[in-house]
Amino acid sequence: MNIARRPFGISLIAAALSLTSSTFVLAQSQPTPGGTLNMLVQPEPPSLMLGLNQLGPTQFAASKIYQSLLTYGPDLKPLPSLAQSWTISPDGLTYAFVLQKDVKWHDGKPFTSADVVFSTDKFLREVHPRTRALMNQRVESVKADGDDKVIFKLKQPFNAFISAFEVSTMPMIPKHIYEGTNYRTNPANNTPVGTGPFMLKEWKRGSYIHLVKNPNYFKPGLPYLDEIYLLVIPDAASRAVAFERGTVDVLRGGDIENFEVRRLEKLPDVVSTRAGWEMFAPPLWLQMNLRKPPLGNKKVRQAIMHAMDRHFIVKNIFFNVGKVATGPITSPTLYYDKNVPTYKYDMALAKKILAQAGIKPGDYSIRVLPIPYGSVWDRMGEYVKQQMEQLGFKVTLDTTDPAGWAKKVSEWDFDMTMTFQYAYGDPAIGTSRNYISANIIKGTPFANNHGYSNPEIDRLFEAAPVVQSADARQRMYSEIQRILVDDVAAGYLTELQYVTLHKKKVRNLITTGIGLNETLDTVWIAK
Amino acid sequence: MNSLDFFIERAGKAVFVVLGVVVLNFLLIHLAPGDPASVMAGESGAGDAQFLAQLRQQFGLDEPLYVQLWLYLKGVLGFDLGFSYRNNLPVSTLILERLPATLLLTVSAFVFSLALGILLGVMAAARRGKFTDSLIMSGALLFYATPLFWVSSMSILVFSIRLDWLPPFGMETVGSGFTGAARAWDVFRHMVLPVATLGLFFTAIYTRLVRASMLEVAALDFVKTARAKGVPAGQITRRHVLRNALLPVFTFAGIQAGQILGGAVLTETVFAWPGIGRLMFDALLQRDYPVLLGVFLVTSVMVVLVNLLTDALYRFVDPRIEMKPWVRS
Repeated sequence: MNIARRPFGISLIAAALSLTSSTFVLAQSQPTPGGTLNMLVQPEPPSLMLGLNQLGPTQFAASKIYQSLLTYGPDLKPLPSLAQSWTISPDGLTYAFVLQKDVKWHDGKPFTSADVVFSTDKFLREVHPRTRALMNQRVESVKADGDDKVIFKLKQPFNAFISAFEVSTMPMIPKHIYEGTNYRTNPANNTPVGTGPFMLKEWKRGSYIHLVKNPNYFKPGLPYLDEIYLLVIPDAASRAVAFERGTVDVLRGGDIENFEVRRLEKLPDVVSTRAGWEMFAPPLWLQMNLRKPPLGNKKVRQAIMHAMDRHFIVKNIFFNVGKVATGPITSPTLYYDKNVPTYKYDMALAKKILAQAGIKPGDYSIRVLPIPYGSVWDRMGEYVKQQMEQLGFKVTLDTTDPAGWAKKVSEWDFDMTMTFQYAYGDPAIGTSRNYISANIIKGTPFANNHGYSNPEIDRLFEAAPVVQSADARQRMYSEIQRILVDDVAAGYLTELQYVTLHKKKVRNLITTGIGLNETLDTVWIAK
Repeated sequence: MNSLDFFIERAGKAVFVVLGVVVLNFLLIHLAPGDPASVMAGESGAGDAQFLAQLRQQFGLDEPLYVQLWLYLKGVLGFDLGFSYRNNLPVSTLILERLPATLLLTVSAFVFSLALGILLGVMAAARRGKFTDSLIMSGALLFYATPLFWVSSMSILVFSIRLDWLPPFGMETVGSGFTGAARAWDVFRHMVLPVATLGLFFTAIYTRLVRASMLEVAALDFVKTARAKGVPAGQITRRHVLRNALLPVFTFAGIQAGQILGGAVLTETVFAWPGIGRLMFDALLQRDYPVLLGVFLVTSVMVVLVNLLTDALYRFVDPRIEMKPWVRS
């Protein structure tokens, strides 16, 4: 592992974790099998068929049932999952995976290379919006080589490909159940069959999802847990109560409001960690519709950046769960570079820049469309309104529900909004989609909706994942970060963080960079 | 006109009311910006044009609105409420799964508020001006004026967290494996807080109504006559006063039946009660049209039925009221 390249924050978290776990060792070091883990799933997922649905709660719940070829450590390096080993050819064109032996689907049928080919080349290519793009643009062919080997041939080198085998992006789907059927209407979608350590026992809609141990799991002796309950509790305050009373053992980031985190993490018997989100690490950015004057003017956007007190946002809106962002790529993500232009909070300077640009803010009225995901985001919208008004703009808040928000953003019917997006480890997967000109497509909510277009950025995003030298790639991504921040392609406000709280008796909960979206096969409960 | 004719005529009209509700809801929902496809694409954090087009085709959203309406109406007339692509289940399955929980909650709250409201109202009227009266009326005022969400949060805080008497949410203990009487007791314990929360507002209204109405009737001549004849006080209250005082209560109970579902959305959310109030709320945010329309349909049928029942009860309580569909000529 290349420690030098690991972001400082992660090393700290890792160090803190190893400290806490060493105190655990004193109490009880040997994993004991058995027991029930109670968690929450919020909101209730529409489906547990991970191939067809990639919403956050679906990813979380279904990742105990389905698996992919790889998983990723906190440093985002690939780790074995259904693939026990893999090789990448020196020209970067051929990816060969050797599968684990004796893996069986929950219905007893063997998992083979044919399932991998079917999943990636047929199923996901048809139904999965992110994986479809990846397969169509980058992959020449997927072929099985015997029962336990799969070979992906790429059209051209694409370095980020090895980051794309996370379970929500490439879940393995049983060929014997889905081949030749209409994937979306197959009745089997309600009785998911995967290879994972847990199987769906019962889903009482509105109440809970009950998962039980897979007795034929391919890792001997695992999982330790007998069963997992995922309770559906729609009210955030009630979720905090459930944790306090011990009805649930774990609170995921987002299960409760940030101000409750501060209170609950002080309780005895509670462990608090921010680890396990490295793969997703979303930036929060101010999306400005560059087609709307005066937001198309770079000077105006720079002035707006100077008018946003980002330390204030982290401290008072997010209750210190988060950190000030430097640019479009968040610090846990690969190729992060903090040497970019900075915008310190300075209202006077902001006004001066506007004056120099010849802009009279009073001439413009700006519609701010807050993202409707809860009270924190409402406060965020109010803060942006307030700061913009201090600059002299006329501002109205345009509040809506999630459906209305997605519609307005995808129809480019907004002036300013705040949004965040999972980074998926590599900028070629998570970041480029917001800035390349080819992604200015009306009608889709998470694309280049602000209308940023810069031939140099297009060229760099195209070239970076293709070059073989890691240093050259880093230089290109650093350049991208410098240009986007200087241009204020979007206003980079904060890096979102998520706090996981759990009872001390729950051990080994977060082990990788995908955190609770992991299979949880090594989690155990101390007696 | 006899009762049977009355009911047939009312039922016939009710069908048109329900159909009108369905059409109106259908059009209103489609006025809101955004559709299920855009919500799902938004939640997935991705969405290419092909993905959205596939979803819209799957949901039948690529058809013109009048075709969608026609297809929906045709389905409803054949007792087919449609399919929720989002939940991957028929709407009728989803609703039937969740309806018993809501009925249990709302019917209990209804009975609770009606019974307690009448009892307290009678007590307050009987001891007019005394301490009991002031106590009951202050309590009624308090619950009338306090928002539902505050009552629910406070009752959880007091009875679940501080005193640890009652479970704060859910309909039963998950994974307990209770059966028979043990399960019934478990469900009952879970019901106490949500039923009380949902019912207290209407309890307050009934209390005030019954008290005022009782006092008004008690001042009428026939009551004085009864008293002069030496009819025992308890019998006067029961047979002469209460019976006549109950009419406005039934009027209000009919209205409550319509409103109680609105309260159920909030109560079900706070107490994690797995009913259709929450199903409806989620469906609204997700623009899951078939589920939303299905819930509207089922609830409007219920409201119509309750109103029919209220009309019949009028006659039971006061036989002088005729069962005429039209205004008395």
